[in-house]
Order: sequence, then structure tokens, then C-alpha cells
Amino acid sequence: MMQLGYIPPAELKSISMRALIVGVIFTVLLLIGAVVDRTQFFHAYLVGFIFWIGITLGSLALLMLQHLTGGVWGLIIRRVLEAATRTLPLMVILFVPIIIGLKQIFPKWTSSAFMNQTAALQQKAHFLSPGFFLTRAAIYFAFWSLVALLLNWLSLEQDRTDKKAFRKRMQMISGPGLAFLIVSITFASIDWVMSLEPGWTSTIFGLIFVASWSLSALSLTILTMSWLSRREPMNAVVQRSHFHDWGNLLLTLVMLWTYFAFSQYLLIWSGNLPEETSWYVARKHGGWGVIALGIVILQFAFPFLTLLSRAAKKSSDRLARLALLILIMRVLDVIWLIEPAYNPERFHLSWMDVVAPIGIGGLWIATFAWQLQKRSLMPINDPQIEQALQPAHEH
Amino acid sequence: MKGKPHPHLYGVMAQFDNPSALVAAARETYEAGYRQINGYSPFPIEELSEAIGFRRTALPLIVLIGGIIGGLGGFFMQYWMEVIDYPINVGGKPFNSWPAFIPITFECTVLVAAFSAVLGMLALNKLPQPYHPVFNAPNFALATRDSFFLVIESKDPKFDHDEAVRFLRRLEPREVIDVEL
Repeated sequence: MMQLGYIPPAELKSISMRALIVGVIFTVLLLIGAVVDRTQFFHAYLVGFIFWIGITLGSLALLMLQHLTGGVWGLIIRRVLEAATRTLPLMVILFVPIIIGLKQIFPKWTSSAFMNQTAALQQKAHFLSPGFFLTRAAIYFAFWSLVALLLNWLSLEQDRTDKKAFRKRMQMISGPGLAFLIVSITFASIDWVMSLEPGWTSTIFGLIFVASWSLSALSLTILTMSWLSRREPMNAVVQRSHFHDWGNLLLTLVMLWTYFAFSQYLLIWSGNLPEETSWYVARKHGGWGVIALGIVILQFAFPFLTLLSRAAKKSSDRLARLALLILIMRVLDVIWLIEPAYNPERFHLSWMDVVAPIGIGGLWIATFAWQLQKRSLMPINDPQIEQALQPAHEH
Repeated sequence: MKGKPHPHLYGVMAQFDNPSALVAAARETYEAGYRQINGYSPFPIEELSEAIGFRRTALPLIVLIGGIIGGLGGFFMQYWMEVIDYPINVGGKPFNSWPAFIPITFECTVLVAAFSAVLGMLALNKLPQPYHPVFNAPNFALATRDSFFLVIESKDPKFDHDEAVRFLRRLEPREVIDVEL
């Protein structure tokens, strides 16, 4: 059972239960949607899946990042990130509906008539075949699970045995792990999102996902820390200066996402090739244009300007509110990336696009809260722990 | 007793062995009503500036204004060149092709903001300063190694030499020294 140390608040159990109830209710709603409109169900399901796997993988990225950089900011959120990576088995199960609905989700490359249209598409047909697609997905999940498993296991062993060597081992995994994670996320984003429009390509697409998924993950981590910092035992650990650090990282990720997303836009706009610009044409008109503008303002401009202020970063409440806003905008962003691929001519938003992220989210949060409760909230034998518990000036 | 004038005294200095003692002493000194105080340490101590009552500087504002000037300047420099001074049709795009202006706008923002930060910092803390009285104190060279100093300056309205020395001694420093001008 639990080692002595930072016992998670008991309320996590009721949060896990409530999230499970919400998740089940919305999943049932979503299944009703599947009966009403099977195609739309699968489109919305992809939105929900991409948003939540993004938080799982973004957490894995941040976990490896903090192993590599060290520092108290990462030590305090390590257990939250680890719990988030332990939602990976759930995400593997939730990938099954995508296999079932492969033809509805990827209507274009699963149709040989479509892929025979041009020579370029014929070349891509070898890559975008169901067999190879699923093999790649299996490889991604195997790699992500391996890294998550190793880091979670070593971290737990470190709690048990008090050996200094674990820190080094986790760093050794995190270096190559992070590099391969970026490559695997690039491939996964091409498979799961970019391939919705097989004629369209963008080489920076994967990096947009690396940045935006890390942004989602950090936002959820900040919300969790804001909640934990008001309760035993973390209220004795978390200081305003830690929120300052997380706020700075949030600002960095907001700017990184903006940089990648704008680079893609600028290059396609400059190149001015019909097969590339069509992607933005579909996403800049009518209702999608309004959402695009909303994303620019509320996922970049407003967070960017707010996070320039030191007071905003040091206040757990203000930072948590901003993180919540970013998470909501991230859902819209994923809808904006995916849905216009199915309806490029018109603005079409279904109720299922909202229900799916909430349904999957309920199940995700339930798993996350349940896992968070299982371990001490601080890695008690990490060499940095004393530094973390001292007042800031003695570092 | 009102403080006598001290024409040759910069202040009195207390020497401490560790940062915690310095921060605690600085807090007490501030609470005792002294306002013209300063701390010296081999490395930055975040709480120290708070402890000596140093809360806000104009630097963030200077950097913000610098950044805005840089951004607007960068954008309108390109606008002027591309639209007013030397308009060229590039691939049928409008003269005011703002997406293409963004990278330079961003870089000009960073450039001017960074210059504002460095120059504004130097202006506000009055560096470089060829002469400063604290260096007259014999042990002060240790401030770059392992000693931590607190100074009550004689220009403090509450300053009285004997009172200040007695006050600092109560904080149990290693030593209390007069600092000549």
C-alpha cells in the first residue's frame, strides 16, 4: 500500500466517481447519436479521441521534459503527469471505435476510387492502407506504453528503495524517449488527422500537435495543481513561485503553438498552391472563420497578453481560469482541424462534437483521478526533494 | 532623539553568514521603520528585495513600451516600403501582405524590447557606477563570495548612528561596521 509521505486527498475518490458518472451518461448520449447518425458519430468521436489522447501524450512529453531539465517546478507536478500517462490503457481501448469506423472516419483514403484520382494519391495509397495504418497505430501505442510504463515503474521504485540511481535512469530514458515521442506524434497526427484530406500535406503539422498537446496537458496540470494546492498535503508544498514557473512554461507553449501554427499558415499563404490553400479556404469561411478568429484571440492573443503579467502567473486562481479557457479553446481547435475535412463547403457543427469530448473526458478524468490517488503526491526519495521543501532563497 | 547630521557617514553595515539570516534581518529592519536600507549578496535572493521594501520597478513598463514601439515600427516600416515607397507586384499578392510582415514585426518587437530591458535596467539601477561607498568597508569583498551584508543608509530619515548600530547588533550579525562616504 501507500508509502509514508504525501497522501492524496480523499476527495479524489468522489471526483473519480462523479467523472465516471458524467462520462457514462455522455457516452450513452453519444451512442444514441451513433444510432441516429452513424457517420456523424464517428466524426465527433475522432474529435473527442484526438483531444484526450493529446492530454495523455502531452503529459508524457512534459514528464520527460522535467526529467531532463530537473528543477522543483517539475518535481511537484511529476506525480500528476505520471497519473495522466497512466490513462494510456484507456486510450488504447478507446482506439477500438476508430478501427470499427475506419471507413466513416477516413472516407477518402479508404475508397480506392478516390485514391486512383491522381498519380500523387496513388503513391500515397501504399502508405494509407488500413493494414499499414493499424500496424503503425500499434507501433505508436506500443512505444508510448513502454516509455510510460518504464517511467512510472522507476518512479515508484524510487519511492520504495531510496536509491540515487533512479533519477539517472529516468533521465536516460527521457532523452531518446522525448526525441522518439516527437517523431511518433508527427506520424500519429499525419495518420489520424492530416490523412482526412489525403491530397493535402504540411511538414510542420506534427510539431503543431506536439506544441498544442503539451499545451493542453500543462493546462490540465495547472488546474489539478490549483485544486491540490488548496488541500492537504500539497498546500504545504506549493508556493506562488511554482505557479509563476508553470505560468512561464504555459506562456512558452502558447507562443510555441502560435509559432508553429502561424508558420504553416504563412508558408501555405506564400506558396499559394491550390492543393495546399484549399485546407485553409475551407477553414476560413463562414462559421469556421469565426471559430478560427476565436482560436487566434482566445488561444493566443488573450493568454499571451495575460501571461505577460507576473501577478497573473503567481495567482493560482487566475492561472487556473486561464488554463480552463485554453482547454476549452483546444477542444474548439480540434473540432476546427477535423470537422471541415468532412464538410468543406459549409459550416456544420453537430451536438455530438460537444458530447464526444465530454463523454471521453469523463472516462479520462475518472481514470486520472483514480490513478492520482494511488501514489504519494511527491516523489519522496528524489534527490531534489529537500530543495523543493525549502523556502525559495535557500536554493 | 532626532538623528544628528552625519557628513562623513554613508551608513552602518551588518555582516551575516547565510542568506536566511540576511532576509530575516532585513525584514526586521524594515519593520523597525528604516526605509533607506539595502542588502548585498553573492547571488540573487528573491525574498530579499521584498524584505527591504523594494516592490515595483518601472522596468516591465519600459520593456512593454519598447516592445510595442518595436512591433509597430517593424510593421509600418515594411508597410511603408511595400505599399508607399516601392510597391512591387509579387505573385499577384496585395501590396499590404500582412502575413509576410509578421516575422520581421516579431523580430523588431523582440529587438527593441531587449534593448529597452538592458538600457532601462542600467538607467534605473544607475550602473555602471565607478564609485560606491560600500566598498570602503574592509570585509565587503566577501559579498562576492560567502558573506551577506545589510546596510542602513545615513540618508534614512530615522537614521541615528548609535541607535542604528545598537539595532543591528541585536540582529546578531557577525560584525557591525561604519561605512565612510
